[in-house]
Amino acid sequence: MAKSKEKPIIECRDVHKWYDDFHALRGINMNVMPQEVIVIFGPSGSGKSTFIRTINRLEEHQRGDIIVDGIELTHDVRNIEKIRTETGMVFQQFNLFPHLSVMQNVTLAPIWVRKWPKEKAEKEGMKLLDQVGIPEQADKFPGQLSGGQQQRVAIARALAMQPKIMLFDEPTSALDPEMIKEVLDAMTALAESGMTMIVVTHEMGFARAVADRMFFFDEGQVVESGTPEQIFKKPKEDRTKLFLSQILQH
Amino acid sequence: MGYDFLSSPAGFPISDPAIPYDPTDSFGKAFIVGVLNTLRVAVLGVIMATILGTFVALARLSNNWLLSRISLAYIEFHRNIPLLVLLFIWYTSVFLQFPAIENSIRLPGPIFLNQRGFFFTWPRLNENGWIFTTALIIGIIAAIIIWSRLRKRREITGEDTNYARNSLIALLGIPLVGWFIGGGNPYWFDIPFFEGFNITGGLRFTPEFSGLFVGLVTYTAAFIAEVVRAGIQAVDKGQREAASAVGLNNFQVLSLVVIPQSLRIIIPPMISQYLNLTKNSSLALAIGYQDLFSVGKIAINQAGRAVPVFVLIMVSYLTLSLITSAILNVYNRRIQLVSR
Amino acid sequence: MSTVMKTAKHGEYLPPPDPPGLRKWLRDNLFDGWFNTILTLLSSAFIIFVGIGIFQWLVNDVDWRPITGFPTLYAVGQYPRDQLWRVAFGITSFAFLIGVSWGRSGGILRTISQFIGGFFTILALLPVSHPELTLGYRLFFISIPLTIWIGLIAGRSSFIKGRTFIILWLLYPILYILILRGFEGVEFLDNVRTTSWGGLLVTFLLSVGGILLSFPIGVALALGRRSSLPVVKAFSTVFIETIRGVPLISLLFMFSVILALFLPPEARLDRLLRALMAVTFFSAAYTAENVRGGLQAVPQGQIEAAQAVGMSNIQITSFIVLPQAIRAVIPAIVGQFISLFKDTTLVVIVSLNDLLGIGRSIINSRPEFLQAQLEVYVFIAAIYWIFSYFMSLASRRLETSLGVGQ
Repeated sequence: MAKSKEKPIIECRDVHKWYDDFHALRGINMNVMPQEVIVIFGPSGSGKSTFIRTINRLEEHQRGDIIVDGIELTHDVRNIEKIRTETGMVFQQFNLFPHLSVMQNVTLAPIWVRKWPKEKAEKEGMKLLDQVGIPEQADKFPGQLSGGQQQRVAIARALAMQPKIMLFDEPTSALDPEMIKEVLDAMTALAESGMTMIVVTHEMGFARAVADRMFFFDEGQVVESGTPEQIFKKPKEDRTKLFLSQILQH
Repeated sequence: MGYDFLSSPAGFPISDPAIPYDPTDSFGKAFIVGVLNTLRVAVLGVIMATILGTFVALARLSNNWLLSRISLAYIEFHRNIPLLVLLFIWYTSVFLQFPAIENSIRLPGPIFLNQRGFFFTWPRLNENGWIFTTALIIGIIAAIIIWSRLRKRREITGEDTNYARNSLIALLGIPLVGWFIGGGNPYWFDIPFFEGFNITGGLRFTPEFSGLFVGLVTYTAAFIAEVVRAGIQAVDKGQREAASAVGLNNFQVLSLVVIPQSLRIIIPPMISQYLNLTKNSSLALAIGYQDLFSVGKIAINQAGRAVPVFVLIMVSYLTLSLITSAILNVYNRRIQLVSR
Repeated sequence: MSTVMKTAKHGEYLPPPDPPGLRKWLRDNLFDGWFNTILTLLSSAFIIFVGIGIFQWLVNDVDWRPITGFPTLYAVGQYPRDQLWRVAFGITSFAFLIGVSWGRSGGILRTISQFIGGFFTILALLPVSHPELTLGYRLFFISIPLTIWIGLIAGRSSFIKGRTFIILWLLYPILYILILRGFEGVEFLDNVRTTSWGGLLVTFLLSVGGILLSFPIGVALALGRRSSLPVVKAFSTVFIETIRGVPLISLLFMFSVILALFLPPEARLDRLLRALMAVTFFSAAYTAENVRGGLQAVPQGQIEAAQAVGMSNIQITSFIVLPQAIRAVIPAIVGQFISLFKDTTLVVIVSLNDLLGIGRSIINSRPEFLQAQLEVYVFIAAIYWIFSYFMSLASRRLETSLGVGQ
């Protein structure tokens, strides 16, 4: 649990978002401390993905404040770009660049955004591939890898920019069951190394083991939040109880 | 069935030949002029159509509603009418409607626009002009090579190779050397001027060439626009998101992630469009521009050797088609995605 | 951020601060940033400029006489005016058959029937008076949608059997052409030389004939290209690639001029027929390539399953492979048909009087019509545009109804 004296690394105050007439996020408040692991869960359509995507401006919020590492998220393009270098994102569909090799996928941003020379980028890239357990795949292309391997490359690609925060948008939902573990293991190791993480997921086992706090989203609002202990053993709201009973069934 | 008639004099004129020609030249030479005339339209046409088509595609994809609709109208208009009708419209209602030669529109240059075409001032090679021109081409190529090689070296090793300065030296220095070797003055300017009721000199685009060229380019550009649009839209939205999420700016997202992937999808149908443009250039016959087909037809009448000439015509088009396909297919194979 | 901040209470939905409406739409789509604003202003200026030019042309300079004076010429060329009942017969039979097809299959045939029915209804009810648009013609035009309707009923009932249906469709073009052409010396069906045929009649004959003939030839060529017999495969490949590598003009030329050199003078083929052959072979080669793409898309497993059940190769090809292959490439095939329709304009170059040919001969017939060239070309372009656009529309509907791309 974070010390109360430290300043949060992500501050979200009364965040609202509309898609045309539809009120998708209705006043989200969330403060994330450095090195905290936050798990967001809830039924589909509850706004979990929408919310996590507002943090790196893949979606725009219309009301409220979002402050990432002291930088306020507004229409200013320079702020947006700075925030995007501080945050890394891992997508449900991996979104690896199919025309580039694994190593090129990982080194693309460091070379072109941080302007590192190729040698340095590749050395750091190799370390990251090692960290996620697939150093031997460096010269292969995404089309030649399994889903679990691709997602681990995606994690390495996001880490290559040395972000302060990692955002995970349902990272294992598109994977075959036997590959989910390898990705969750990589994420667990990352959490243990002290990375600040926000993870949208249905994997309750992972949440129980790794999360510092959990947020239950439903219909665009935070219904309840607390430590995994509190959420699993003593959920306060009925909706939380209902959802947990449905999801923990199988 | 012999081809020996190719060396006998042709006996017919060719208007607007790409290289100097007169009726005492051989059939063979007449044929070559026809081929060059076709190439003139096809090569320039392909380049212009690609540029125009890409702009139309980008306009179509723009989030500016008005621009997108105008582009849509352009594309739908050109895709649903026959090319021949479009050519007639451009030729008769635009290029033949310019004023008579006495009342030419005069633009600075000088450039004259009239019923007989466009007349431009144009540089022509002096005796040793080819030396400077070759040096200029070498200089440009060398500058490009130096720029990319040295820049890549800097990327890898981090050493300061001064690629900008060195490339500039090549760009200016090599042609300068060429200038002196050639003794200066490589070009003289062919300025059009009035001589009696005619204009002599300068570079001339006949209304026939203009009608064919503009019609072909605007028509093919509409199809190319659809090809480019499909290619860009085929790149998954997630690719753009992942690229921006990792910190790349808009220009980098386009050039490093989106365009390389769209090229794979765009190239095969683009080949078709280039081939179509080349074959459609044969409609020159209807407009009065003497391309390869038109020259061939006259040759058949003059020489009476229908079959050999016809075979020559078919073989020429086949060769053009095969060369175009071959070049683009090689490029296409090289950029295919590697998969399991 | 407004100063009156409404916090969303549990369960409460608020309206967006920036409600969707005209102002928001304008802001997002037309005036999104300074660059877009400039683009919008330039585009508007362009449209206004062009619009005014067209309007002035339409009001002041336009001369529709080369079109309004000769509607029958555009429709059937020089076909003898007292024999037009033959053309009418063809149109009526076609309407009937289309109605029957609609009754049997529905879907895209419904769209086609409605289009044709609508077209003739409009012609019948055209609120202009014109010497050539007599009551007789109007009655004939209005009878077309009625005929379609009769066909629809016949098709829906089991009155017409499947085999009869196919035979009728195959007989129709042959019968129609024979009737149009007539025979030397026969009383009511005297010969009408194809040189007098012209206008839309010729355009449709070439297009529909070309489509009907090029499809089976194209399928045969595609199958031939995949054949294991080297001679067949070589011939098909060479044939397809040669035709695809040369312009249509050269084929028209080949059939109209070169062929004549090789045939004895008695076997001199009709000019229209020669053009039809050229157009057919040209389209067949492109159709063959489209079908080939479809054939490649049929999974090998389909063929294996059919073999396991004991079907012969011919049966497998006809019942399993071909239907799937063709369905997979319907958009490409229909696209090729639309191109064929537009390509028929090229017969102008071998002196045939299709719609464009009639237009040009009218332009050249009187000096004052030379000033009105643009009107004629615009009219012809509009006709092609309308047909072409609706064919594409029908094609897209066909795609969705067949679920192509699943």
